[in-house]
Amino acid sequence: MTELYIEGDPIRDEKAPEGPIEQRWDKRRFSAKLVNPANRRKLSVIIVGTGLAGASAAATLGEAGYQVSSFCYQDSPRRAHSIAAQGGINAAKNYRNDGDSIYRLFYDTVKGGDFRSRESNVYRLAQVSVEIIDQCVAQGVPFAREYGGLLDNRSFGGVQVSRTFYARGQTGQQLLIGAYQALERQVAAGTVKMHTRHEMLELIVVDGRARGIIARDMVTGEIETHFADAVVLASGGYGNVFFLSTNAMGCNVTATWRAHRKGALFANPCFTQIHPTCIPVSGDYQSKLTLMSESLRNDGRIWVPKKAGDQRDPRQIPEDERDYYLERIYPSFGNLVPRDIASRAAKNVCDEGRGVGPGGLGVYLDFADAIKRMGRPAVEAKYGNLFDMYQRITGENPYEVPMRIYPAVHYTMGGLWVDYDLQSTIPGLFVTGEANFSDHGANRLGASALMQGLADGYFVLPNTINDYLASGPFEKLDENTPEAKEAAESVRARINKLLSIDGNRTVDSFHRELGHIMWEYCGMERTEEGLRKAIERIRELRDEFWQNVKVVGTNDELNQSLEKAGRVADFFELAELMCIDALHRRESCGGHFRAESQTEDGEALRHDDEFAYVAAWEFTGTGEQPVLHKENLEYEYVEMKQRSYK
Amino acid sequence: MNITLRVWRQKGRGDEGRMVTYKVEDVSQDMSFLEMLDVLNEKLTLAGEDPVAFDHDCREGICGACGVVINGVAHGPETTTTCQLHMRSFKDGDVIDVEPWRAKAFPVIKDLVVDRGAFDRIIQAGGYISAPTGTAPDAHANPIPKADADRAFDAATCIGCGACVAACPNASGMLFTAAKVTHLGMLPQGQPERAARVVKMVNQHDEEDFGGCTNIGECAAVCPKGIPLDTISQLNKDLLGALASGKL
Amino acid sequence: MANSTLTKQRSTAFKSTVALKSAMAVTGGILVLFLIVHMYGNLMIFGGQEVFDEYSHHIRVIGEPMLPPEGALWIIRIVLLASVLIHAYAAFTLWARARRARPAGQRYQTRRKPVQQTYASRTMRWGGVILALFVIYHILHLTTNNIAPGGASDSPYERVVNGFQIWWVLLTYLIAMIAVGFHLRHGIWSATQTLGANKASRQRVLNITATAIALVITVGFLIPPFSVFFGLVS
Ligand SMILES: Cc1cc2nc3c(=O)[nH]c(=O)nc-3n(C[C@H](O)[C@H](O)[C@H](O)COP(=O)(O)OP(=O)(O)OC[C@H]3O[C@@H](n4cnc5c(N)ncnc54)[C@H](O)[C@@H]3O)c2cc1C
Ligand code: HEM
Ligand code: SF4
Ligand code: FES
Repeated sequence: MTELYIEGDPIRDEKAPEGPIEQRWDKRRFSAKLVNPANRRKLSVIIVGTGLAGASAAATLGEAGYQVSSFCYQDSPRRAHSIAAQGGINAAKNYRNDGDSIYRLFYDTVKGGDFRSRESNVYRLAQVSVEIIDQCVAQGVPFAREYGGLLDNRSFGGVQVSRTFYARGQTGQQLLIGAYQALERQVAAGTVKMHTRHEMLELIVVDGRARGIIARDMVTGEIETHFADAVVLASGGYGNVFFLSTNAMGCNVTATWRAHRKGALFANPCFTQIHPTCIPVSGDYQSKLTLMSESLRNDGRIWVPKKAGDQRDPRQIPEDERDYYLERIYPSFGNLVPRDIASRAAKNVCDEGRGVGPGGLGVYLDFADAIKRMGRPAVEAKYGNLFDMYQRITGENPYEVPMRIYPAVHYTMGGLWVDYDLQSTIPGLFVTGEANFSDHGANRLGASALMQGLADGYFVLPNTINDYLASGPFEKLDENTPEAKEAAESVRARINKLLSIDGNRTVDSFHRELGHIMWEYCGMERTEEGLRKAIERIRELRDEFWQNVKVVGTNDELNQSLEKAGRVADFFELAELMCIDALHRRESCGGHFRAESQTEDGEALRHDDEFAYVAAWEFTGTGEQPVLHKENLEYEYVEMKQRSYK
Repeated sequence: MNITLRVWRQKGRGDEGRMVTYKVEDVSQDMSFLEMLDVLNEKLTLAGEDPVAFDHDCREGICGACGVVINGVAHGPETTTTCQLHMRSFKDGDVIDVEPWRAKAFPVIKDLVVDRGAFDRIIQAGGYISAPTGTAPDAHANPIPKADADRAFDAATCIGCGACVAACPNASGMLFTAAKVTHLGMLPQGQPERAARVVKMVNQHDEEDFGGCTNIGECAAVCPKGIPLDTISQLNKDLLGALASGKL
Repeated sequence: MANSTLTKQRSTAFKSTVALKSAMAVTGGILVLFLIVHMYGNLMIFGGQEVFDEYSHHIRVIGEPMLPPEGALWIIRIVLLASVLIHAYAAFTLWARARRARPAGQRYQTRRKPVQQTYASRTMRWGGVILALFVIYHILHLTTNNIAPGGASDSPYERVVNGFQIWWVLLTYLIAMIAVGFHLRHGIWSATQTLGANKASRQRVLNITATAIALVITVGFLIPPFSVFFGLVS
């Protein structure tokens, strides 16, 4: 296997202080250098992304007095993909007095991440979670409340305490609107300059420091050079490498991938989360998948016919010919097993030919019993909006016919490697939110991504970036700086190349095929053989892409095919690295099942002796062997255990 | 099924545009409206023609990026976003007119894509609660009666799509503005800036060249999030109150 | 925000679209009150010529001797005139604004399909123009008697009776009153919305009230002329 990559020196996080875990964040905040308010005006920061992670950071740094430039590819910062999160946000408030605590949230997150995240980071996340809720409420985020006027909580994703705050099924929207408003307030105050419909296409590194970006104005096509004393990437996840995912259509890896090519290490790229309750694919034209809240599994029962190829109307299939497979295999957790287990079990029954709906890619989520037990009005009150959404998309009435669900790619735990300060391996390049690899290990707990994005943006980054900026302002640069010129030139060259190929296949057709390969071989279940095949096919497809893609139009206009082409080109390179990463990790862990590493009864088997590390990859050239740097993970507080849900 | 589309094509800002007819064949009932446009665009691309530009992102009805006028109705025949409209709402042989939002405040950038920056500027003018990071009291310090919290929430669900402007005979942006004024005005945290907020937001709304509201109600009828018309009444009340009280 | 900018914002807001609308609502409200009183006065025609002419005379002497002859009437006239002018000014300003907000070249190619708007709401502007024209005609007819279909007279009662025996006078009046009905059906509801009194929970009551008042005024105004036409009053 070593022919695919080279092993380099190990790396480690130098920033997290030693000592009791509860004190580390305070210690770091104290030791980090401060910047005098008068000097902040002279320091500039570029923030790419206006999701929870980016908008919160831009607002906070703007308030602090730095000159912030914020970028997003949408027409308004309010549309960042964070808007789509439904379920909720965790915080260790212990408002329920049900035994929750910072320590328990920390413990659950480390364990949920299957021991592939850094203890110090996760502890800090749990610590600041408390402040996030306060901050959001102060901004006017309308969280759900009880009749007494206090905030409501629910338990989410199989956790035993109720620590999830929510705003109906639109938590992400409400949190993002809060952050967006704070951001716009700073735009009005003149501390943040907003660049909408701008896509970052390259990072500028001068003297080893991140000093700016090249961005394309998506309306005029102008290639712009922007400089700053530090660059923050908050550009979200890369689930769209699978083509079909629950991510927004524009989600991409370009910002982080370009930084990776310039020297930032990419950590655990193969760690992706697959969500079990999505609406299945209905045809080839399908452009994205829609998530339905996991809460449906609280009352719905999941089943498939016992007989393969059973085409009967589900209502005609008698009880004893149904296989409630989760209840059968995992009697103690039943339909509430964690996301990865539910997802893989669904894939397994479909692979056996027992899947339902178009292409046999679906399982039933049946509310007939719940309706009988609770009555239709109660079901309607609890799940009405989800049922409506299902009906709008599928045209079927879930009160009468069981819903069909299937797993879909939902979140990427991998991302650019960062230290405790959220700084990447390029000095001056910080990475926050889903774009970094940090807090979720090999599997993310429900309602933790929103927490992390806001923790990073409101509380962590603003306290750590000073330490770096204190040594600024750095040398003034202009467009003639060779590194900037070179970066802009390379962007132009790439765009010209994409426009000049004039082949016979559309960008989407390549993307779709790439997605198929990734889903098949680097999805829920991976094998050595499959991954090798995938790498080969990705390389072939990438070559074909660069010879046969067709992008109509010019650079000097709004050109959505060109935008997509650039993103897909980067997905090709990422896809290969994901497969190499998956191949090298010969263990099953978290949301990722490696067929060669299972227990006798087919459950995931982790190998802590060999793989308790973060795999951080260094770029050496397209199609060249990447270099693997391992960050060893040590667990002082949480004892490493195998998960069991039987 | 087979569909005939008549789509507004416009090369760029300020260019002349026109309606162009396209045929789309083999459209499935289960396709979303945007997926149908994807199919058209694949075909156009392979023929070397410029695909139709339209804004979209989440395709889940929450980001507010999408939105076109379909047969004269903003977001089309169902009360939802364009991305959540499915082809089963049409029938074989239908001729469907597709146009961008039209308002001076929303200039067309290309084809069906418009510039809605005016909405961001209305928010900049005062659509926020000033709560600098780190200054917040405990979240339970201020209990909020559920009825107020719910009303605030209903208004807060606005996705900023702009359908209200597109549908309004006056091209007014008042429903959008009122949704924010109501959301923040219902909450105790929003009180200190309440009077100034509504004044500044209404002024900005007017400055952006939106029309004035004359209570026709088309906005609320097409709003995919069901923002109620009475939010505009709330805005009026807040504005008149602010002007009368001299509390600025 | 510095206070001077807030002061400026405040004075700008006095000229905002919302302020214009409020001026319309208030002036519209004054006009509605007037119409109710006016309608009540008209119904006196059933008391016969003496009663009606006495009523007409009475309006002219209200407040005497504190006020000069016709003093109160002039105050009312000025208030009404100012109301109509402010009302129309605001209406035309908003109308022009709406046209600018979707200027020629940026209009829809397809007819925008109304989703819920009512006929009444859609016809406010042209309906208002019809009303304005009618008001002028109406004053020339019954107040100054410059136009005197059926013959001039010093008795208001006779002017009414002479006029409304002619079919086209009745017809103009009928059309105008229906226009008033529609204008008020939307206008009264709209005024409550504009002045901040509308709430989802009150919507039904407000709608019913608006319809009721509009109906009463329209019918109330139409009874006398029809009675004249059909010879119930002569
Ligand atoms: C359907 C769905 C439901 C979810 N539900 C939950 C939930 O209930 N609870 C939970 O905790 N998490 C949930 N998640 C996960 C969570 O929403 C995301 O992980 C999180 O919001 C990511 O935030 P972010 O700020 O890192 O990035 P994003 O919100 O994705 O923002 C990315 C930003 O970067 C910009 N950008 C990207 N690339 C470029 C570029 N090249 N140039 C310029 N700008 C760029 C974009 O414009 C955007 O502004 C859900 C996710 C999905 C898909
Ligand atoms: C000079 C002639 C008139 C014109 C041009 C006119 C025009 C208008 C217009 C355009 C509106 C706003 C429509 C809307 O809200 O959608 C309006 C509202 C209204 N009009 Fe008139 N009108 C006139 C006369 C009258 C008269 C004589 C009355 C009284 C009987 C009246 C009562 C009202 C009321 C109550 C409203 C509602 C105000 C509001 O929207 O808040 N109008 N008018
Ligand atoms: S009020 Fe409704 S129609 Fe208007 S922008 Fe908000 S969601 Fe869209
Ligand atoms: S694409 Fe997001 S609302 Fe339609």
